[in-house]
Amino acid sequence: MAELKKTEIGTFLAKQGILIAFAAFMIGFALANQRFIELDNVFGVIRSSAILGVMALGVTFVVIGGNLDLSVGSMMSFSTIVVLDLHDKLGPGLAILAMFGLTLALGAFIGFLVGYLKLNSLIVTLGMLSAIHGLTLTWSGGKNMDIANKSGTWFAVFGQERIMGIPVPILIFALLAVVLSLLLSKTPFGRKVYAVGGNGQAATFSGIPRARVVFMTYLVSAFCVATAGLLQASRSMGSQNTVGQGMELEVLAAVILGGASLMGGAGTVFKTVIGVLILGFIQNGLLLVGLDFYVQYIVTWIIIILAVWLDVAAKRGRLWSPIA
Amino acid sequence: MTPQDRKDLFKRGAIWAFILVELAFFSIVGDAISVSDKAFMNVDNMLLLLKQSAPIGIIALGMTIIMINGNIDLSVGATFALAAIVLLDSMTWPFMQSLGNWAIPLAWVFALLTGVALGAINGLIVWKTGVDAFIVTLASMLGFRGLVFMYNGEQPTSHLNWTLVDFAEAQFLGLHTATWFLLGTVLILWLVMTKTVHGRNAYAIGNNREAAVNAGIRVGPHFLLNFMLIGFLAALSAVVFYSESGSVNPNDGMLYELWAITAVVLGGTKLAGGYGSIISTLGGVIAIQLLRKGLGHIGADTQTVNLVIGLILIAVLILDRQLNRKGQEELKI
Repeated sequence: MAELKKTEIGTFLAKQGILIAFAAFMIGFALANQRFIELDNVFGVIRSSAILGVMALGVTFVVIGGNLDLSVGSMMSFSTIVVLDLHDKLGPGLAILAMFGLTLALGAFIGFLVGYLKLNSLIVTLGMLSAIHGLTLTWSGGKNMDIANKSGTWFAVFGQERIMGIPVPILIFALLAVVLSLLLSKTPFGRKVYAVGGNGQAATFSGIPRARVVFMTYLVSAFCVATAGLLQASRSMGSQNTVGQGMELEVLAAVILGGASLMGGAGTVFKTVIGVLILGFIQNGLLLVGLDFYVQYIVTWIIIILAVWLDVAAKRGRLWSPIA
Repeated sequence: MTPQDRKDLFKRGAIWAFILVELAFFSIVGDAISVSDKAFMNVDNMLLLLKQSAPIGIIALGMTIIMINGNIDLSVGATFALAAIVLLDSMTWPFMQSLGNWAIPLAWVFALLTGVALGAINGLIVWKTGVDAFIVTLASMLGFRGLVFMYNGEQPTSHLNWTLVDFAEAQFLGLHTATWFLLGTVLILWLVMTKTVHGRNAYAIGNNREAAVNAGIRVGPHFLLNFMLIGFLAALSAVVFYSESGSVNPNDGMLYELWAITAVVLGGTKLAGGYGSIISTLGGVIAIQLLRKGLGHIGADTQTVNLVIGLILIAVLILDRQLNRKGQEELKI
């Protein structure tokens, strides 16, 4: 009986562990420094997490579908550079449209390779990481991109304005999270993503078009990346070619922290948002209590491993791995 | 010769054939349109190419073993940076300075031990927790980078030791020091993977972990050993590179893991484990470096290199799939 209880507690901890850890962190930091839970600070944290967060939403779809996307970082650089460059040539509206079109085309290309040609997603997106970086540099000629007349355009609205006191990036992040959460949990498409990622062969046998579903997950990811690029460009109104470099792994860390399984078939949009917020608030909280910025890396390291360890330990019913 | 053998031979030869094509292409096109009047196939140029291949190459060799074993290591770039910092900083410690030139080998040992220790952390976590190596090393990539920043903040760490620089820039039998390290590593790892029990077991585990366990192979210690090995090699790569340059930035080594994996995959090693070769990885490393140099030689912008490497990687994947598919169809008949 006692043992049963112990495993129950273990399962509960593993399932909700990430939320409990999040709550504990928030309370701890709030006690340590009052400023941590002030509205301004909270908005500041979410706002600066929004770009990473928006990308993580898309990658969640890809990961649940059983694949990886390492190209989102350099794709975000591409979107940012393209929209900034076209802004002065076509005007903001057309520039945004063209940028979304081009980014979606890249996503479609990856989706075609991984979905229809059934190539290994890790290597394909690794190749695309490099290729898109080259594409970005070719587009910009290696130079930084700036909007010439920064005050004469409404383009800054996405990254810098507030609506009813709430920063627009937060609104966009929240809106996208709600829409994508509904798409994943309430529509046939969402159920197919879980089915394909959970057991691709079984999904194929039950008539689910695996290739098309995987293709669509990369389109969702590309759409999110384009949105992130828009936020980034609008926030800074100018950018280097490497603005998204290295973000692919941070995004993946947030998604994994949220509990999505790299094997596919598990994860939710809501938990990814929690993963993103944990990373953001840890970073902020550690700085506020006066620790150096690098401590966040070390803390993140420990948290990710503990979170995933608890998860797999609960699934196999024992703490230590059975690897001899 | 069975069809399987022929396919294997073809696969192993492919990367070297690709290198020959690159050499021919850049020589001919280079002569036709080159902005410089130097020949591409110049001995000095080729020697330099080998030297420049060394840092990523040594890491890629370790990555080959990790991938044959069925794992992956995303933390090597951060390990590289931390080992470099230990190497340069340890030479400024008071007791080290009193040792004169004996400080150099000692600093190397410190750097290499750092790499082994970081690798052991990864290996132990993978072994004991059963968390996928991809996740473990993704997380430690962040954690190790944190340790790098902890050391010296965002300041670069510098220390020039001229004896060391002379050693790193020396040429023996025409080859640079770095090249000797690269070739030495190739030889030793080739022996380890083909002639030792550990190498055989690494293949067996990557090929089919369950079968390996049933055959009585202890999977965990092999994991641990291989992660220590790649940690050592990442540190060795840092030793080779920073002996000459003498200054390390905290962001150095970023994305090295991805370059190393690219070289390994180009060499034909399977991500799923159980298949791959050290020699082919050397081919992959040289092919990439050749591409960089060659594109520069024919006057293409440096940015094109990334584009071309990415597309080649994908093309290789498509080709590989077509080959395998053909094999399977033959089986069916």
